[in-house]
Amino acid sequence: MTALLFYLFAALLLGASLFVVLNRNPMYSVVALVFAFLNLAALYFLLEAYFIGALQVLVYAGAIMVLFLFVVMLLDVQPEERRTGVVQVDRWWFGLIAIIFFGLFLLLAGRGVSALRVPPAEGMRLGAVADVGEALFTRYLLPFEIAALLLTVALVGTVFLAKRRV
Amino acid sequence: MPVPLEHIVALAGLLFTIGALGVLFRRNAIIVFMSVEIMLNAVNLVFIAFSSYHNSVDGQVFVFFIMTLAAAEAAVGLAIIIALYRNLQTTDISSINLMRN
Repeated sequence: MTALLFYLFAALLLGASLFVVLNRNPMYSVVALVFAFLNLAALYFLLEAYFIGALQVLVYAGAIMVLFLFVVMLLDVQPEERRTGVVQVDRWWFGLIAIIFFGLFLLLAGRGVSALRVPPAEGMRLGAVADVGEALFTRYLLPFEIAALLLTVALVGTVFLAKRRV
Repeated sequence: MPVPLEHIVALAGLLFTIGALGVLFRRNAIIVFMSVEIMLNAVNLVFIAFSSYHNSVDGQVFVFFIMTLAAAEAAVGLAIIIALYRNLQTTDISSINLMRN
């Protein structure tokens, strides 16, 4: 049952991601990406990462994508029109590079990954908020504080960049 | 988890490839940004999968930091896109060539 759900959400995730990349209307792309992130959150729940799954819904599908939606609406972006000629030739090279990328991933997935697997310990719960929180506030306290600093810097930079010159 | 780890890594690889293709092919700066988000999420999926299979919480903490970084990156990037649009009235990255010659 879990496996079936996993493959269902994986297929929806891939479909939605393809829709994001292939669609010409940015508005549809944003909505499809929200859907893709919700499916990814479902995968996190299936992998028993409950806290990260909740964060995925709240932070990614909620906050970040609403920001994208605001910008698409604010800028009144038109659907991209089809362009032919000029740059088409070197785009084939990009496609080739992408295929090589994916081949490398498949190689890793086939050979290397199974060697890295360890038998899971029974009865351990990892994904709960308490477990992640404990690691975050003890071993990873310094990176946590640095992340706070990073967010402050990003906030100031964003306000400075987006403000109208007066 | 009944799903083999290989399948999750292959899924993440496909997702990353889709994102990389989007960055390479698309000319709308906003969609290029969304493709970068897809790539970041593919990496997150690998972290979560290995964290789950290795019974280690470290991967999830890493994903937490990547999400923080992605939020900061999206905010700053979209501010840059707004500034570009205000100056050039376009978000088409192939027509932004102020630095050329």
